[in-house]
Amino acid sequence: MKYVIIGAGVAGIAAIEAIRSVDHSGEITMIGDDPHGFYSRPGLAYYLSGELHDKTLYPRTAEQYRKMNFRYLKGRVKNIFREGRQLQLEEGQLISFDRLLIVVGAQAIPLDVKGSHLEGIFKLDHLEDAKRILKHARRGRRVIVIGGGITALELAEGLLARKMDVHYLLRGNRYWNSVLDEQESKIIEGRLQEEGVTLHYRAQALEILEKNKRVSGVRLADGKTLKCDLLVYAIGVRPRIDLAKQADLKTERGILVDEYLQTNDPNIFAAGDVAQTYDPSSGRFTLSSLWSQAREQGFAAGLNMAGRRAAYVKSTPFNVTRLAGLTTTVIGTVGSGCTDEDLVGIARGDSETWRLLPDIIAAQEGFDVNRMRLLIGEKRLLGAVVMGDQKLSYPLEKIISESIDISPIREKLLNSKLRISDVIAEFWKNLNLPKRI
Amino acid sequence: MLDLFRYDAKKHTILAAGQVAPDADRCVQCGICVYNCPVGIDVRAHAWRGEPIIHEYCLTCGECVARCPRGALRFEKTDLFSKKK
Repeated sequence: MKYVIIGAGVAGIAAIEAIRSVDHSGEITMIGDDPHGFYSRPGLAYYLSGELHDKTLYPRTAEQYRKMNFRYLKGRVKNIFREGRQLQLEEGQLISFDRLLIVVGAQAIPLDVKGSHLEGIFKLDHLEDAKRILKHARRGRRVIVIGGGITALELAEGLLARKMDVHYLLRGNRYWNSVLDEQESKIIEGRLQEEGVTLHYRAQALEILEKNKRVSGVRLADGKTLKCDLLVYAIGVRPRIDLAKQADLKTERGILVDEYLQTNDPNIFAAGDVAQTYDPSSGRFTLSSLWSQAREQGFAAGLNMAGRRAAYVKSTPFNVTRLAGLTTTVIGTVGSGCTDEDLVGIARGDSETWRLLPDIIAAQEGFDVNRMRLLIGEKRLLGAVVMGDQKLSYPLEKIISESIDISPIREKLLNSKLRISDVIAEFWKNLNLPKRI
Repeated sequence: MLDLFRYDAKKHTILAAGQVAPDADRCVQCGICVYNCPVGIDVRAHAWRGEPIIHEYCLTCGECVARCPRGALRFEKTDLFSKKK
């Protein structure tokens, strides 16, 4: 059996592990167009902030790859010929396959503003982008950050750690309004300002200004101009579906796959950020840009490619991240129902499920750095945002993902005189699930 | 201050009867744990497999637990020293 995997991210690596768990002799080829191969993309944030060295970003050694027993080709696939089960690299080389997996991920949506072609303007898709940004990140220089979600904040904080003068433009009144509530946004904004980031509200860049072919500032919708030496943006990502479209595979916003990660061609599979998968919680086909889901999907796709029927059930979207230095966990459905003006598509580390407005009641507690928000359904918890103290994020993740019946504590959770953290902790203590100390 | 003592006491208990355990779902393989491990244990590889860091050189010093930006590592009691019921 000949397996070919296009893309060298976590979904592809997980697929190889899955294939090898059932097929030890099949021939596996991975084709990647990132010059750096497989590395931790979420780790770029910590590389930017100087918390780790770029060499640390590579999870696997050459020896470990050798044991996985696959061939790696650096290159870009130009065409997929479905009938002949072949694909063609840009250099012309033909490669045949029995089973193909497309895990090419998503890429940053380009900034659609006059002047966006100028030098000194960067996105954060790859390690190469991060390296370019750092090359230009000089102490004391001013950088303008445009966009929303986690990546925009990672850019702002990373460059602040590099002692740049960071100005963050928000189109609306607050940060990440599609996932966070007003108070949560305020907490993050307050902390950013304390750290030294200058926030500009209702600030829409209409034009990027030029000096010697380089960015020199932006002109805002209100007519004001803001000078800068560097401009970075993260306005969302878009699945890389061009290749699949060319091959006449079914696509919407991503490549449409069934519960077996199979496209409309039974020999071709897709997983990770490029795939639009069935989400049982909403009954829709949704996109995610989450590392853990990409890994799960890649693994399930690998098993299916190797002949095992392994249905993929989308797990509860879950992400832990640091927002303005505050550990924040977003679990399940927590959306505010607002549309985030700072994002065009889905952001990295984001899931569309988070945005769905649940028809439920929110209970809140805590101020400033420790905050917990629960989205309480009729019988179960649908979502949670835990900021600061993370002791309860693990229990909450389990309670939400395993749809545990919360009827015994529902009244208590809605009773404003009781602390919801105490109620959850007590409930968890009496559940027979694995616990932390 | 009191919290600090509590943390210290907890740390000592764990040194004697604990280990570092990962939550594979939270780990994004960034490598901050490896970068900060004073004895160079490949904590990340354990995290990928979801296996506790049972390693003869592990000091259970907690550097990896404290530095992990995703809260993927935690201390876990081993029943090595606990009285059996």
